[in-house]
Amino acid sequence: MASLNVLVAVCLVYVALLFIVAFAADRKASRGHRSAWLRSPLIYTLSLSIYCTAWTFYGAVGYAARSGLEFITIYLGPTLVMIGWWWGLRKLVRIGRSQRVTSIADLISARYGKSNTLAICVTILAVIGVTPYIALQLQSITLSFATFAEADPARQLYETTTVFWVAAGLAVFAILFGTRNLNANERHHGVVTAVALEAMVKLVALLAVGIFVVWGLSDGIGETMARVDASQIGQWQMQGDRWATITFLSAAAFVCLPRMFQVMVVENEDERHLRVAAWAFPLYLLLMSLFVVPIAAIGLELLPVGANPDLFVLTIPLSQGRDGLAMLSFLGGFSSATSMVIVAAMALSTMVSNHIVMPIWLRMQGHGASVSGDVRNVVLLARRVSIAVIMALGYFYYRLAGQDAALASIGLISFAGIAQILPALVGGLFWRGATRTGALAGLSLGFLIWLYTMLLPALGGGLLPDAVLTDGLFGFPWLRPQALFGIEGLDPIVHAVLWSMALNAAAFCIVSLATFPNPLERLQGAQFVNVFDHSAGPRGWTGLVAQSEDLMVMSQRILGAGEAQDFFQSEAIRQGSHRGLPEPTPAFLERLERELSGSVGAAAAHAMVGQIAGGSSVSVEDLLAVADETAQMLEYSSQLEVQSKELSRTAKKLRETNEKLTQISQQKDAFLSQVSHELRTPMTSIRAFSEILRDTEGGSEEDTVRHASIIHDEALRLTRLLNDLLDLSVLESGQVSLNMTVGSLGEVLDHAVSTALAGSDKPLNVIRAPSTEVVRISSDLDRLSQVFINLIANAQKYCDAENPEISIVVSTRYGRLRIDFLDNGSGIPRASQQLIFEKFSRVSPEKAGGAGLGLAICREIMLRLGGDVRYLSGHPGGAFRVSLPLAPDLVT
Amino acid sequence: MGRKLALREEFLHMGRHVVLIEDEPNIIEAIRFLLTREGWTVEAHSDGQNAIEVIKAAKPDLVILDLMLPGKSGMEIIKDLREQEKMTELPVLMLTARGQARDREMAEKAGVSRFMTKPFSNTEVLAAVRDLHAQANQA
Repeated sequence: MASLNVLVAVCLVYVALLFIVAFAADRKASRGHRSAWLRSPLIYTLSLSIYCTAWTFYGAVGYAARSGLEFITIYLGPTLVMIGWWWGLRKLVRIGRSQRVTSIADLISARYGKSNTLAICVTILAVIGVTPYIALQLQSITLSFATFAEADPARQLYETTTVFWVAAGLAVFAILFGTRNLNANERHHGVVTAVALEAMVKLVALLAVGIFVVWGLSDGIGETMARVDASQIGQWQMQGDRWATITFLSAAAFVCLPRMFQVMVVENEDERHLRVAAWAFPLYLLLMSLFVVPIAAIGLELLPVGANPDLFVLTIPLSQGRDGLAMLSFLGGFSSATSMVIVAAMALSTMVSNHIVMPIWLRMQGHGASVSGDVRNVVLLARRVSIAVIMALGYFYYRLAGQDAALASIGLISFAGIAQILPALVGGLFWRGATRTGALAGLSLGFLIWLYTMLLPALGGGLLPDAVLTDGLFGFPWLRPQALFGIEGLDPIVHAVLWSMALNAAAFCIVSLATFPNPLERLQGAQFVNVFDHSAGPRGWTGLVAQSEDLMVMSQRILGAGEAQDFFQSEAIRQGSHRGLPEPTPAFLERLERELSGSVGAAAAHAMVGQIAGGSSVSVEDLLAVADETAQMLEYSSQLEVQSKELSRTAKKLRETNEKLTQISQQKDAFLSQVSHELRTPMTSIRAFSEILRDTEGGSEEDTVRHASIIHDEALRLTRLLNDLLDLSVLESGQVSLNMTVGSLGEVLDHAVSTALAGSDKPLNVIRAPSTEVVRISSDLDRLSQVFINLIANAQKYCDAENPEISIVVSTRYGRLRIDFLDNGSGIPRASQQLIFEKFSRVSPEKAGGAGLGLAICREIMLRLGGDVRYLSGHPGGAFRVSLPLAPDLVT
Repeated sequence: MGRKLALREEFLHMGRHVVLIEDEPNIIEAIRFLLTREGWTVEAHSDGQNAIEVIKAAKPDLVILDLMLPGKSGMEIIKDLREQEKMTELPVLMLTARGQARDREMAEKAGVSRFMTKPFSNTEVLAAVRDLHAQANQA
């Protein structure tokens, strides 16, 4: 008899072996060179065997002992699914891969517009549904330990302690291998490999016990069958409704159980593995069920009445003193329990952390959480804590209710709870009209009915008052948990499943029909239902010839007729096609997409090609990307708008410049015309008198002299004019070189007055205040003097006073030196004051010998000197003010 | 006899009265010198403003008109003149220092009989004056 110590040691060694296998597989996977068999469909198929938990390993025999062949239904459901609905599973796997789904809650949420409410519902449902199941595994391990302990009187087994340590150990294993990677799409190769190993162990163990029973305890198949017939199993009647219900439940659970979803969809590496699993997994189930009935029958016969049939697998070898076989059997059960618990804890923890913990954490963090490293750690921590919490839940459930319930009934309750996901899942896969609200309604209603009709009555223990059970909720008999709406006489399981599933599906359909999916749901729905049409699977772009024409039409619209035709022709030649259009092969579609993306952007191109080549489904990502591009285009167009505004501003500026140029051109014409006039006028006199001189014979001496002097004067005038024009042109072009020197204002005025007065015989009295003129100035003194001369000479020419006089008044104000030239004449009429500084402007009708350039030159000179000359309109006579910047250090 | 001669001279010179509207004193002097020698009486006026009144009062046989004048331009004067009674056929010789083709066109349109640019040749001016006078007398 193996001691408990040996058993514990064997367990620890076995777990260590699992660790090593899992670790090695992880290492190999991360290094990228995994042996062929590790990547083979075998591992995938075996990993599916976590469907066969301790419930199946131990419980099937117990089930058979109690209910005869009905246990078959537990195997029948998955077999039917694998064989009859593998295309449905393939769709599930495809969607899981294309949507990067992490759990069944994630899948349901993604299908219904990424609704987290729905994800939370599924998660809660899964946790509540699976917790009894985990408790069940704990119970089975504990029971098996207890069985050994009974046989080992040396040790007293404390059941509670054992369960605790088992739960803790499983939690550690799950945490170590389930939460190493963050991304659920990075598959847990280690865990899957370990699970596959465990699948082998449990199959070998069960087969070994079976063979021992058939050929060791019985005399081959014939005798065994006879003993089966003789036992009570042979007498059990088959209940059609229960068979159908349980087959359905197991089938539904096979698809909906979080751990099944985990290994089947999330851990799936290659869609083609499913094809092998479709026959290999039913084969596995067949082998697992092969010896269930003989073991049950022989057990019932051999073991004393009252022995727990759930443990026959263990107690038969023990009773026969086959310790080795018993140990193997124990390991088989242990494997079944551990693999289920680990994968279930992993799957549930992913759901809990992703849909409950993380949203809460993110909300608590507000908008501050943006460091990805932070989040990563938080996610891992959340998953680890979730695993611990789920294990703790299982532990407490076991402590609360698990000790006396039969394994099978707990399993079925769990199955029925999980099966509530089915309508939303299947509806989501095949019905585009399914809506989030519908899914939520069906799920909630089914969950509540399941809770009320199945879980609470099963828990008993005061959770549901007996009065409710017998008289119905609030005293309404039709609300009795096990006879809803007055339908009595049904098996409780059939009753509960019927009502919960029927109302769930009805609510799902009716509410879906009554509500409208939001755009995201609609899109996701299309993507799910049409996953094979557009996802990048082995089939890729599917195409027909007709689509080539559609693609051509679209391409012409985008690329332009010529370019599109060229592209299609070159593609047809590349394909060696003799017809006009190329086949829509994936390679062609890819190139077309690239071609189009040059014009409309990658996302739009993908969406467009997808629209035509891949059916009507467009992914949300596609559309979001299109929206992004649209936003970019909007931004671009707003930039264009800015640019066009700028352009119109520039155009306006150009127009203004053009007007200015036209004006300047007109001014130039006017100026040239003026210059021409001014030059021609003295030349006219010169020519006329020189011709007179030439042609006149015997003219008077007096006339001759006069005419010659006119010629001389006009020649001088002409010279002066030319000098002024040149001077003005130099000043205006800014090419004048100023000779800046420092000197006394008084001296400059002295020079200017004497020069001006020397130029004419007209009398002019100059009044000055020499004391005010003692100012040192820094300027081009010659140019300044030229201005002064001009102003004084103008006064001399135009002052119409009887005794013309000019006052030169010097003052400083605001840091500027002001020299005013004020005469006592009648001044310049107000209307002309603005004009006098313009070229060729003459105020006086009489000719005064000037061309009207003097003041224009003065103005230009003062501009160059940083000063100013202007007419003082307030003064009665002619009044000009010259102002100059005054350098402070030059004031004396 | 002197008086008689003077009268005769006056008679001879009858129909040889010219009004010269010109603002440049030296040019006035030159034209006066030239035309006086040819037997013309020259009445010079340097302002454009009241040129029409001056011409109407003088009843000249010929008008010599500058284009650019203070007060009123030669172009305006000729336009106004042609609107006056009995002035439509009065020969007008326009002299201008602005010799652009456009000015000539405008001037001829406005009704000047002859258009000459400054600086002019004395012989040409005299020829033009004779020509215009002869044409007017034939008419």
